[in-house]
Amino acid sequence: MSAVKTKRDVLGTSSLRPDGNAKVKGDFAFTSDLHAENMLWGATLRSPHPHARIISIDTSAAIKIAGVECIITSDDVPGQLTYGLISSDQPVFAKDVVRYMGEPIAAVAADHPETCRRALAAITVEYELLPVLFNAEDAIGDAFQAIHPDGNVIRRQQIIHGDTSVEGDVIVEGHYVIGMQDQAFLGTESAMALPDPDGQGVEVFVATQWLHEDQKQMAACLNLPPEKIRLVLGGVGGAFGAREDISLQVHTALLALRTSRPVKMQYGREESFFGHVHRHPATVWMRHHATAEGKIVKIEARFVFDGGAYASTSSAVLINGVTHTQGPYKCPAAVVDGYSVRTNNPPCGAMRGFGVVQACFAHEGQMDKLAAAIGTDPVTIRLLNAMETGDTLITGQPVESVAPVARLIRETNEIPLPPALSLDANELDLPGGSGITAERKHIKRGIGWGVSIKNIMYSEGFDDYSTAKCTLSDGKVVLKFATSEVGQGFVTLAPQIARSVLGVTDAICDTIDTQIGSAGSTSASRQTWMSGGAVDGACRLVRERLFEHIGAQNNIDPIRFAIEDDEIVDTAGTFRISVIEASQGITISETFEHHHRATEDLDENGQGNCHVAFAFVAHRAVVDVDPELGLVKVVQIATAQDVGQVLNPLSVLGQIEGGIAQGLGLAVMEEIIVQEGRVRNPSFTDYLLPTALDAPVVVARMIEEYEPQAPLGAKGVGEPPCISVTPAIVAAIRDAIGKDIDRCPVRPQDICL
Amino acid sequence: MSSNEFYTLKVNGAEHQVSDAWIGESLLYVLRERLGLPGSKGACEQGECGSCTVYVDGAAVCSCLVMAASAVESEIATVEGLNTDGSLTDVQEAFVTEGAVQCGFCTPGLVMAVHHLLDENDSPSELEVKEALSGNICRCTGYGRIFAAVDKVVAVRKGAHQ
Repeated sequence: MSAVKTKRDVLGTSSLRPDGNAKVKGDFAFTSDLHAENMLWGATLRSPHPHARIISIDTSAAIKIAGVECIITSDDVPGQLTYGLISSDQPVFAKDVVRYMGEPIAAVAADHPETCRRALAAITVEYELLPVLFNAEDAIGDAFQAIHPDGNVIRRQQIIHGDTSVEGDVIVEGHYVIGMQDQAFLGTESAMALPDPDGQGVEVFVATQWLHEDQKQMAACLNLPPEKIRLVLGGVGGAFGAREDISLQVHTALLALRTSRPVKMQYGREESFFGHVHRHPATVWMRHHATAEGKIVKIEARFVFDGGAYASTSSAVLINGVTHTQGPYKCPAAVVDGYSVRTNNPPCGAMRGFGVVQACFAHEGQMDKLAAAIGTDPVTIRLLNAMETGDTLITGQPVESVAPVARLIRETNEIPLPPALSLDANELDLPGGSGITAERKHIKRGIGWGVSIKNIMYSEGFDDYSTAKCTLSDGKVVLKFATSEVGQGFVTLAPQIARSVLGVTDAICDTIDTQIGSAGSTSASRQTWMSGGAVDGACRLVRERLFEHIGAQNNIDPIRFAIEDDEIVDTAGTFRISVIEASQGITISETFEHHHRATEDLDENGQGNCHVAFAFVAHRAVVDVDPELGLVKVVQIATAQDVGQVLNPLSVLGQIEGGIAQGLGLAVMEEIIVQEGRVRNPSFTDYLLPTALDAPVVVARMIEEYEPQAPLGAKGVGEPPCISVTPAIVAAIRDAIGKDIDRCPVRPQDICL
Repeated sequence: MSSNEFYTLKVNGAEHQVSDAWIGESLLYVLRERLGLPGSKGACEQGECGSCTVYVDGAAVCSCLVMAASAVESEIATVEGLNTDGSLTDVQEAFVTEGAVQCGFCTPGLVMAVHHLLDENDSPSELEVKEALSGNICRCTGYGRIFAAVDKVVAVRKGAHQ
């Protein structure tokens, strides 16, 4: 959007967040800030064991505590006893068996959070401990009996493509391990349920990524028609995938319906670690075959994703992983085998990058091995193999998206390297930071690369459409949609679209709730494309009707009209009228559903056009490492990202910088430690997140090449920033110390022992 | 879950009587749930994330770690008290215009931390800014736009004094 000739905040400008003022003043209502007259607090009793049979649950002492109003267990669930995004395999409350540490067993409603805590402590549950399936490999085959009626393998998918008999002149092989990362949004899970006076329905304010999916799953469990469960998006404090699954929605609504009082539930941080799915830990083996010059001729790979106790989106994560085996590189042949399995570890599902993070960590490690094997450098090997539009993926799907991979690598490579670490560097700039343990003279600098491809939107035949309504009246536009605003900025973008399409200035977003059709999930980097497409479509329909109205009034064929800044102009005449004036005294309202093109399931050989579109990004990391102490400081991340059309530069930059920080977390800091099914670090003291001192300098270039498939020419930008930055940082550590490191996050002992 | 005792907190210059409260309540809980001041956020309950930052007698503290009943002798200031006329402070304004706000859950705490930093040091170095804000976790932004907001405030304040 280079030629913006208006002062209005149209597409292409860094329009500011409409909720920004409220957020900086503390006035913005997050779900956890909500309060209702006569409100009760809800809390959840969770299993301390990763695998056990429940012998008995005794709530008799707890219910006698003054202030306790209600205790519910599986016996109180009026409808379906289980829920789930893809398969309904997860109990609302564990009934006979608990399959992971932290699985809900009961919920209580009481007058105060402390009363809730005491009530939970007073519930006695008798368990018979069962053997814990904690090693994902043991879930494959018959080594361990099924821990769930659906079996221990959630899904297996192979890919057989091209001439699989080909052997490379050069062969490199690696085993890679990716740790379990937490989304660690700051605003923990929260909901407020307000029962209808007749007890036949409930209104629920909830922090979620997908209102209509929650509504559907809640309706089944509560045995109510979906329209009797009216969901409203409460303020959301970040998401990153962790709010795609049900957490406290059913519990809160059920407590409210049982007590006929408003109930608020809000997880504490420790409970939040148990209350949502995490990024799948995975093991990936890859063997790359290449010509003597370094051109990839075949990739063999095997993936094992540990899905934990319940399926969540594990089957889709698996597909993302295996179908991104090749990365953003040409590859004519592949033999891939992948599993997502069930264990007694914490359930895993969506997190920013969704299976591609794991694949990318492996394929980028392989690219560096390949470069070393043929005696070239990381940039040359990647340019030699860079994917282009029109290439065929190992699934047989043609890459129709704009694919400027070589350009991304070149532009990233042009970004100047940071200055050398000065001899008198402040200790805060050294690895280890304020610990003041690293010595300047020990520190080694390294440079590493990571490049990635990410599918955007949902795959495998799923029609993840979005709905939006545009209402124009007296020059003002109101936009209605169910698109979850989780911080990404759709509430900024939607009015920008309306201003561009309709020539208005005054455009606002209505309440985000289920009183309109689904918007699909705020995930898969899809809302700019999908809900952006829906808002664009609704605004265009309104524009068409406005043109008809003005045409009829002035006896001009409406086909001759166009919007020019804030006016309607007759392109074949002299008539012009401001949009404000043209829409005085009338109301035009139109609803539009945007659907992306259809996709296909994969066949048994992993062949099929299963993805909608792709986005690409390159990262170069510069790190300082103290090899003796195993400490790392990420100095600079240079990146060029394929964004299609930039619709809001400030928002895009925010996604790039934020995603990089999360990828840095996975590279060197963040891991949920699970030992034999037990989570050992469920707190911000023990699960370390990047702070202001850990944040590297980010030098970003947005590579604008209009994406013809996208309604606004823009690709989703949310996920790519966090994907290849992780392998880039780990490659830089390898480069600094000359040691092969095959896992992330990189721990001090991986460097110094 | 209550007693018949009461205590008084002085928040943003006004006295608030807290009655029928459980004595174990944190200052964060009392501010949010009893005094109608939910601007301070709770995200970790152990002083790691800074979302609940308030000033107690001028010191920036994590209100999740302070027992409310122990703060009866103190002057407490929250994000709601930064500017009572409804306008934005320069720090708040810069957070909005520089893109330092995404989900916004960390924002009130960070705004409090930045004001505190700049009150004590009107021209902090890059490292001093990073150190001062390292007790406030932001999961969305990667901090880049937050640093930009601080830089902007410093520059504008300097310009105003020249």
